[in-house]
Amino acid sequence: MEKIRYERPVIKKLNTGVMNKYGTRTEYAPVTNIDGAKVKDLIGEFGSPLFVMSEQTIRKTYKDAVRAFTTRYPKVQFAWSYKTHYNNAICSVFHQEGSWSEVVSGFEYNKALLNGVPGNKIIFNGPDKTDEDLILAINNESMIHIDHLDELYRIIELTDELKKRPKVAIRVNMDTGVYPMWDRFGFNYESGQAWDAINKIILTDKMDLIGLHTHIGTFMLTPSAYALAATKLSDLAFHIKSKFGKNITYIDMGGGFASRNTLKGSYLMGADTVPTFDDYAEAICSALLNSEYSKEDLPLLILESGRSLVDEAGFLLGTVLANKRLSDGRKATIMDFGVNILFTSFWYEHKISPAQEFSHYTEDSVIYGPLCMNIDVIRENITLPPMKKGDNVVVHTVGAYNMTQWMQFIAMRPNIVMIDMDGKPHLIRKKETLEYMNSLEITPEYLKSFKL
Amino acid sequence: MKIKKNVAISESGFIFNPTSGDSFSTNPIGLEIIRMLKDEKSKDEIRKYILSKYMTDDSTFEKDYYDFVMMLQTNQVAEEIE
Repeated sequence: MEKIRYERPVIKKLNTGVMNKYGTRTEYAPVTNIDGAKVKDLIGEFGSPLFVMSEQTIRKTYKDAVRAFTTRYPKVQFAWSYKTHYNNAICSVFHQEGSWSEVVSGFEYNKALLNGVPGNKIIFNGPDKTDEDLILAINNESMIHIDHLDELYRIIELTDELKKRPKVAIRVNMDTGVYPMWDRFGFNYESGQAWDAINKIILTDKMDLIGLHTHIGTFMLTPSAYALAATKLSDLAFHIKSKFGKNITYIDMGGGFASRNTLKGSYLMGADTVPTFDDYAEAICSALLNSEYSKEDLPLLILESGRSLVDEAGFLLGTVLANKRLSDGRKATIMDFGVNILFTSFWYEHKISPAQEFSHYTEDSVIYGPLCMNIDVIRENITLPPMKKGDNVVVHTVGAYNMTQWMQFIAMRPNIVMIDMDGKPHLIRKKETLEYMNSLEITPEYLKSFKL
Repeated sequence: MKIKKNVAISESGFIFNPTSGDSFSTNPIGLEIIRMLKDEKSKDEIRKYILSKYMTDDSTFEKDYYDFVMMLQTNQVAEEIE
């Protein structure tokens, strides 16, 4: 007699009460392949855990975003937010689609240059720009977004040394009715700081103020906040023209659009609640079109979206290391990936799917990572089918920030592969090795011998 | 280990404990184990049956069996034989 597939015996207490009107979550449907590439094969070839990026999803999402804005506004340009995912292959996909670069450090700036982005298509944000970075950016005619007065005064000094006129914008922070208000970057709108900086730039006549920039927050669930920000920047640009006769050629609305992840504490799934690109585009474009600009003077609209463009294209494949029972009776499953590589699990309820067929029986579990740290919790409560050691899972919507904010802590960082448009996987970042980690360390000679 | 006498077990894996008023569901293999415990089968008899019917090994069965009977006890569906 042929044996049948084994499933761990489970017993689940049934809780009676009013039924959830949204029904029960069905996040335990198996995901056996990504863009046609089998999960088992990917893990077999590249190991577990493994980050997988879908080129198809990146390109589709990018096109959706571009369509939402270009159908509403005549001049639109996206600039890929390097900090969200600065793997060269990923950046190159965005550059192939027509995206400029938005960088926030010398490291990212040089990465963009090495990726082949022309200097005048790089937007340089951030509070930390060294003299070396600024000189490079000035010489390359990059768009330098000034964050604070110290930077402004330093650029003025550098223009005297370099005999060049940098192209600059100022970063403006403002009250858009959302909490918390992001006021640590740039110059404040309401208090007049922004005007102080604008006056200084224009009256010293050492650089060209060509743009205005804002970045009002992150994972913004309220498109109307963007409308308010766009209105305030438009007013500022219009009054600069009235006062000084200078045309502001672009307005950069930054990033902050939400991805379809579910924030911790949310009652509904992120996919059901976050605004669409069309919602954001309608708010921003309407505000710009309704401003006092004439049709000919409408500025270029720049968007620095990162998270919303790449989050859904990322998957983390992992393997069950063990199951255990906690003292209160809850089931705990230990995975081979932890918060060291899935940093975003601190604020998202990541969707996790088993990668093999299961029956419809489920149990409530806690998902832990492999780190010997109490904080290493991937999901505090999730309903999944019974899984056994060696089973695989797919964590969804992990494409933003994880592969830049990940930590080499206790374990080393794993491989990243990208599935191309034909379903073929390409290794785009090698996993770290002990040899590589040790190559960065130097042990003084006198510490190299000891007796135990 | 034995299943409490007044615990009701349905064909579909629905379990009702009239003492506590709690109800539970279990998967097919869980139902089989509960039925065998109700019939006062020994652990060895249950193991032999599971290993002959399912694609699993001795150590996996043992780990899962102990966890399962612990949950039966925790939920007051089963009790130790005195």
